[in-house]
Amino acid sequence: MLSLLTRRLIRLVVVLAGVSVVTFSILQVSGDPVSLMMPEAPESDRAVLRQSMGFNDPLPVQFARFVRNIARGDFGQSFFHREPALPLVLERMPTTLLLTVLAMALSLSLALPIGILSAIRRNSVFDHSATLLVFLGTSMPVFWTGIMLILLFAVQLRWLPVSGWESWAALVLPAATLATFSTPLLLRIVRSSMLEVVNLDYVRTARAKGVSESLVICRHALTNAALPLVTVAGLQFGLLLGGAVITETVFAVPGVGRLIVGAIRQLDFPIVQAGVFLLALIVVLVNFAVDVLYIYLNPQIRVR
Amino acid sequence: MAVRTLSSGVRLEDRAARSAERSRVWRKLVRNPAAIAGVFVLAAVVGAALFAPYVAPQDPARQSLIRRFTPPVWAEAGKAAYPLGTDQVGRDILSRIVYGARVSLVVGVAAVLVSLVVGVTLGLLSGFLQGRVDTVIMTVVDVTLSFPQLLLALAFVAALGPSLVTIIVVLGLTGWERYTRVVRAEVLALREKDFVEAARAIGASPIRTLLRHLLPNTFSSIIVMSTLQVAQAILQEAALSFLGVGTGSVHPTWGQMIALGRDFVSVAWWLPTFPGLAILLTVLAINLVGDRLRDALDPRVG
Repeated sequence: MLSLLTRRLIRLVVVLAGVSVVTFSILQVSGDPVSLMMPEAPESDRAVLRQSMGFNDPLPVQFARFVRNIARGDFGQSFFHREPALPLVLERMPTTLLLTVLAMALSLSLALPIGILSAIRRNSVFDHSATLLVFLGTSMPVFWTGIMLILLFAVQLRWLPVSGWESWAALVLPAATLATFSTPLLLRIVRSSMLEVVNLDYVRTARAKGVSESLVICRHALTNAALPLVTVAGLQFGLLLGGAVITETVFAVPGVGRLIVGAIRQLDFPIVQAGVFLLALIVVLVNFAVDVLYIYLNPQIRVR
Repeated sequence: MAVRTLSSGVRLEDRAARSAERSRVWRKLVRNPAAIAGVFVLAAVVGAALFAPYVAPQDPARQSLIRRFTPPVWAEAGKAAYPLGTDQVGRDILSRIVYGARVSLVVGVAAVLVSLVVGVTLGLLSGFLQGRVDTVIMTVVDVTLSFPQLLLALAFVAALGPSLVTIIVVLGLTGWERYTRVVRAEVLALREKDFVEAARAIGASPIRTLLRHLLPNTFSSIIVMSTLQVAQAILQEAALSFLGVGTGSVHPTWGQMIALGRDFVSVAWWLPTFPGLAILLTVLAINLVGDRLRDALDPRVG
């Protein structure tokens, strides 16, 4: 068990190294960062800055410096805000995480009951309607769903604010929008992982013993369907964060996503790099947590 | 002589089996009304894209200030010349949607081709060679999976400078990992099968085993995955255009139209609504066809 945990830890470090390489290369492929930093300066000044900032060094040297800097939390100065990039990203992180967690909670509270019922009543009208909803949900562009919700609930009915993040009412539409994106994905996994266990022998045994149907589903079936569910939910966290980025833009939510999208339009790469790296770091850590949880939850691995 | 009869006999039987298989797949596909609807919608979208100049009722670029914000034809102030209304500068929305189909389809298909080539190659190598090559490739897959794909695509398209080719390449290079995982898993399962063992026993080279025996057996998964990936790529392209790092060309895209329409949603609901419906219908049609294709191609599913 310990060796498996060690292997996971090694993978964590290796993946983080890879994430740094990708993040590093964002600035590299942009061409000349110095002309982005000081567009009006004469070429001679740029050459001086290029030399002093080390852009003339060989790539491995630059990469080593980049890794050393981000280990100390230094992603450089924002070209636009003229202040360190990392704090700008960090102060917006709670907003993005709140949005994501709200959407995840909303999705789970919909996907679990609907998915379980779909699996139990396979091929019923309910199951088919749920499948149809999954198809619709996965085919809608998130940003369009958001605008349609604005049109209905903010413009027509005037129940909720169009955008912002000041009141709890303002959180409803962004969270609902993001949930329309994540619910179909989760629903499909809940349904298929339940389908795999509901007809297994031990579930039939439980029924034969006279255990009540609800207990069979909750105690016997769901606990075993939970394993794949947790793994896939972890894998989908990255997708959800991607959806959050675009949802924040639609609703002017002051989170990391909107900051990054704004920074991309201004070619403000230190912020882009800090934001992309941190979001990837969160995904990596969530997946690591899922791996550890998996080792802990799965008796087959635990015993070995 | 005997050998020849035998070999041609085998070939005939093989051909018959293959055509029987093909008609079985076809029958399964045709029996499903949702898949038929999907095929029709797709045909309509592809037709509109190919024959855009003949299908579009107006010139998509022509502006007209007196006709701005004309509502759709069924509304009170609607005009038959502009079936889905006009935008904030008086351009015909239907015509812009028709031309927008070109970008969506080209990007969707081309990006998936890039993903397919990269992903399948890496998946074959990973599953066939195993060992260190496998470890390296799967680490790269893990790294790719750590980034929200949209965010990575957004950053690289902006860094490289928006253009049609950039979008295709970046979406292709950020979306290949699913091919690798699936093809690798299939190769790992297939290489233990008797026919692969037999090929190796009669002296087939590793490359021949890989290309003639393993690769063709992953085709049905690849076809199904590609269909669904085209749908994803269309959604991603729309999101990129919506966020303002689109193709950088004058041609309208669906995502761009929604982004512009967002600002006028309270005065002209039709501006963002119809381009979004175009995306929804196209992607839904592809997803329905892809899903049925999976059921039809997979002999394990009834």
